[in-house]
Amino acid sequence: MADIRKELEKRILIIDGAMGTMIQRYKLAEADYRGERFKDWPCDVKGNNDLLNITQPQIITEIHKQYLNAGADIIETNTFSSTVIAMADYEMQSLAYELNVAAAKCAKEAIRRSGKTAWVAGAIGPLNKTLSLSPDVNNPGFRAVTFDEVVAAYYEQVKGLVDGGVDLLLIETIFDTLNAKAAIYAIKKYFRDTKKETLPVMISGTITDASGRTLSGQTLEAFYTSVMHAKPLSIGLNCALGAKEMRPHIEELSQLSACYVSAYPNAGLPNAMGEYDEHPEDTGHYLEEWAKEGFVNIVGGCCGTTPDHIKHIAEHVKGLVPRPLPIIEKELV
Amino acid sequence: MQDNVIIRPYLRLSGLEPLVVRPETNFVNVGERTNVTGSKKFARLIRENKYEEALSVARQQVENGAQVLDVNMDDALLDGVKAMTTFLNLLQSEPDIARIPIMIDSSKFEIIEAGLKCVQGKCIVNSISMKEGEAKFIEQAIICQSYGASVIVMAFDEKGQADTKQRKVEICHRAYKILTEQVGYDPQDIIFDPNIFAVATGLEEHNNYGVDFIEATREIKQLMPLTKVSGGVSNLSFSFRGNDHVREAMHSVFLYYTIKAGMDMGIVNAGQLVVYDEIEPALRDLCEDVILNRNNDRNEATEKLIAFAETVKAKGKEIVKDESWRQTSVEERLKHSLVNGITDYIDADTEEARLKYPTPLEVIEGPLMAGMDVVGDLFGAGKMFLPQVVKSARVMKKSVAVLTPFIEAEKEERRQAHLAAGTINEEGAGAPKVLLATVKGDVHDIGKNIVGVVLGCNGYDIIDLGVMVPADKILDTAVKENADIIGLSGLITPSLDEMVHVAHEMKRRNMKQPLLIGGATTSRMHTAVKIAPQYDQGVLHVLDASRSVTAVSSLLSKDQKETFLEEVDKEYSDLRTQFLNKNRTRVLVPYAEAAITKEYFDWKNYRPTVPAVNGVKVLKEFDLATIAQYIDWGPFFIAWEMPGHFPEVLSDKIFGAEATRIYDDAQKLVAKIVAEKWFIADGVIGFWPASSNNADTVTLQTGKGEVKLESLRQQMKKAVGQPCFSLADFIKPKELGEDYMGAFAVTIHGAKKHVDKFAAEHDEYNKILVQVLADRFVEAFAECLHQQTRKEYWGYEKNENLTNEELIKEQYKGIRPAPGYPACPDHTEKIKLFYLLNVTENIGIELTESLAMNPPASVCGWYIAHPQSHYFGLGKIGRDQMEDYAKRKDMSVEEAEKWLRPVLE
Repeated sequence: MADIRKELEKRILIIDGAMGTMIQRYKLAEADYRGERFKDWPCDVKGNNDLLNITQPQIITEIHKQYLNAGADIIETNTFSSTVIAMADYEMQSLAYELNVAAAKCAKEAIRRSGKTAWVAGAIGPLNKTLSLSPDVNNPGFRAVTFDEVVAAYYEQVKGLVDGGVDLLLIETIFDTLNAKAAIYAIKKYFRDTKKETLPVMISGTITDASGRTLSGQTLEAFYTSVMHAKPLSIGLNCALGAKEMRPHIEELSQLSACYVSAYPNAGLPNAMGEYDEHPEDTGHYLEEWAKEGFVNIVGGCCGTTPDHIKHIAEHVKGLVPRPLPIIEKELV
Repeated sequence: MQDNVIIRPYLRLSGLEPLVVRPETNFVNVGERTNVTGSKKFARLIRENKYEEALSVARQQVENGAQVLDVNMDDALLDGVKAMTTFLNLLQSEPDIARIPIMIDSSKFEIIEAGLKCVQGKCIVNSISMKEGEAKFIEQAIICQSYGASVIVMAFDEKGQADTKQRKVEICHRAYKILTEQVGYDPQDIIFDPNIFAVATGLEEHNNYGVDFIEATREIKQLMPLTKVSGGVSNLSFSFRGNDHVREAMHSVFLYYTIKAGMDMGIVNAGQLVVYDEIEPALRDLCEDVILNRNNDRNEATEKLIAFAETVKAKGKEIVKDESWRQTSVEERLKHSLVNGITDYIDADTEEARLKYPTPLEVIEGPLMAGMDVVGDLFGAGKMFLPQVVKSARVMKKSVAVLTPFIEAEKEERRQAHLAAGTINEEGAGAPKVLLATVKGDVHDIGKNIVGVVLGCNGYDIIDLGVMVPADKILDTAVKENADIIGLSGLITPSLDEMVHVAHEMKRRNMKQPLLIGGATTSRMHTAVKIAPQYDQGVLHVLDASRSVTAVSSLLSKDQKETFLEEVDKEYSDLRTQFLNKNRTRVLVPYAEAAITKEYFDWKNYRPTVPAVNGVKVLKEFDLATIAQYIDWGPFFIAWEMPGHFPEVLSDKIFGAEATRIYDDAQKLVAKIVAEKWFIADGVIGFWPASSNNADTVTLQTGKGEVKLESLRQQMKKAVGQPCFSLADFIKPKELGEDYMGAFAVTIHGAKKHVDKFAAEHDEYNKILVQVLADRFVEAFAECLHQQTRKEYWGYEKNENLTNEELIKEQYKGIRPAPGYPACPDHTEKIKLFYLLNVTENIGIELTESLAMNPPASVCGWYIAHPQSHYFGLGKIGRDQMEDYAKRKDMSVEEAEKWLRPVLE
């Protein structure tokens, strides 16, 4: 596998677009989700997109392939919810490890079939339970989950992703920094325990609205400061905002960050029908401008983006100079 | 395309907001009251499960200025893990507390880890140590690192807690090597606690503990400069429990010396710290003896301090006035009030008019606008002056405030009626909107406020975003509010760049609103050359408030706008041509040549005076009555757009009468400010041995080590034999012997409270008056302090006897040039000045990212004593000097260019 750091010095890399948006196009039914293996599963599983890694691997592989053909250098595994905590919604806690291994295999298979060079990023999502916020408005000190439970869940996911053969780990869509810190803790612990060579970690937070803060209330710089002990390959933002709304935050991050900067916004903001309708050409334009300003090293798309968006983004940033790594001073002036 | 970002090795912490500990941060206060071992009240609340109340203790610490919050639950009667978890989880839902970083404090590692599991921000762990050996230490350090926490390492090893300087330094250094080499900690994330122990316990072997800590700190910071030193300060005075007066004095004295030695943070009661200079001298001397272990044979100093007690203070007073003219119609009375700026009857008169007219809107459109038309006419004809217009605006605002609720109620009624009838509501678009903001990094807003008032009086709807407003917020608001015009203001030079940025962003966003530029550093030339080319929908420099009205009305007029902008465009393009031509003909000499064409003084026969004050001296709550005598009233009238010399301006043919009136108002307000202590004048000065290197570097020998100041030198080609000036020429070259240099910073606190109060009362006149006076006071304070420095603190001109006029004409010996101003235009030297004088810590002036000082009424500068030293303007410099300067300052060329752009050829 080529060294991603070397490649990042040379050019802006492209990360893929939305998985869910693409899965929707297949209009899968309950039976498709279940497949043969889970036909008698006691509860409904339609909507458990991560389950498709096991029951419809050819679909997931095909979607990855479309993104690779569109120009993606990094593809994300379909594991946004593949943890023991998130799988509880489908009573599939026991499948968490297997889902991650299977997802990594789908991604690797897609690369093999496409004949391209690309990196597989093991996607580590934010969980449906959060460590900094109470779900009970009358009891602000209450927490629906503990730090140790979250660490255990992520540890298992990391193990599955690494065993499945991913090249990178991507903690993404972070709206509660403490969840992300639990993921970082789990990653550090996993590589300490197994004495394996540490994989590069990418971190991507989510600024939820115009306040410029994360859902858990941190400013961008506070968020950045809170996760830098991961010594990440890159830090960036994804989801919640379209490129237009994300721009000032990416600009700020590009001024702060000691590592590479990534950005994969949604395809605009949802319209009245809840659909993302930003045209691929427009997304490409926005990201091209960021690249020209020297804000970014890795760009792609989140909710609502398609291979067409990724293709336009890739074309627009092609040949543009990536943001140079900052100068890290070792002494006080 | 941007250049490489530079990441400096600062300690970075976070709560909901970041805390970056920079060299100029000086001292970080860690709030100590949320500690069950230190606060009986907090311990009781936690034991009784009163967590809500316990949170208010935390809130109080934040409000009192704690920058980090220490939380400790080490109590034998408590389940520490549970208490820590509960408290921190609750604290996370209080944004005003969770804003700052948490220091998780426990002697039990399981409690520390429980705390780390609750906090999303980057914490400090207090503490780990090698008391149970290296293996345990490393294990705990790795865990802390996995949570991304900075660690406090206590100077404690297998043999016990370090008490002597040597042991403290040894243990810290050993821990440092382990953490950086084996665990992989960044040095800036390591904080040492070299143990503060109680002194004056009666045991002679404890007497040197203060000195041991101070000296250990000094050495640790030299040996490991990126690390930080912290400590629990209240331990020091443990033997004086119950006597807070003595304890606070001891803490202040101790901090004074430890901070000088390099201590970066301390666990203190943020609400209870006396200022070193405010401690009664007798007590201070006793504390110094005890802490520095002087005159302490056979516990002599200790005994004296024990034999000590306490003291008291304070009071205030006020003023009133009256008038009558009340027989005319309500319309006439309203007009009279507006034209004469009388607010006394406006509420009642407005209410009377409201009852008389069919709708409240008609009161505005009728008598109020008629009154304002008169004001506008008088102002346009030069028969009314700015201060009066501002007073009229105050009356107008108050009147409208009375009517607004009724207007809103009517609107709502109409809306409901439309809804009921199913028809479409087409309310008038209302007055044109002008959005005003002082740009990011700048805190100055007097001029902007005046423009706002004047435009407001002329019927425009003003959206004032205040100070330090980022470009995005300005533009987002402009879009959201549908502003018709955007106006930017700024006083310091870096604001010019920010304005260019805003213009650039406006173009990028395809905005359409014209952009107005104003403020003291802005100019028609800069606007034409740098800002206007960024944006093609109209950029206009506005010299002062009175011109803003014609500019805005032309820009908003459909008929005039186009021709007006064309004219401006042509004018600016001529200016650009002129600038380029001038640029081509201006000749600079090479920097190397300028450096030898320096100014030579007769150093051999110059005997510098040794400053009477050695090091730094803080002057808190300086007497306001004394300061008031030094006020230079000239700029006061310029601020009100009444140029002319003082006192001649009072008898000026055109605006003399109004100038006299405002002068009287100002005099009364000054009396009130002095009597009721509206302002708090704080200052700090310092003096150090200094020498120059025969070029542009001045080296100071300070308690914090050697500090190099960098000067800039004129490069314009002058007549033969004329030197190229540089401040460095005014300090004796090293090889010729010792010389001295000083620095000062002064500020006026307290103005904001009154400004806000007047703003809340819609009293723009008094609001601006207070702001302008705060500026006058701080300048007067600088003048007064400079005189006292010449006569006393430095004492090189003990017998000076100059009148205020002579002072204003700068007839004194020596100078006080300010970083950012003509002789030394680089603002970044201010950072060194702040560091040398501990300005932020000592008197509370903060530097913004553009290095503006906040509070805005602040002044700082250097003191130079040589009788031939003089003020000068640098003029333009060449790239060669800029590059040399960047190298000297160890700055990237890009950064130097950013700061020097205004003077760069």
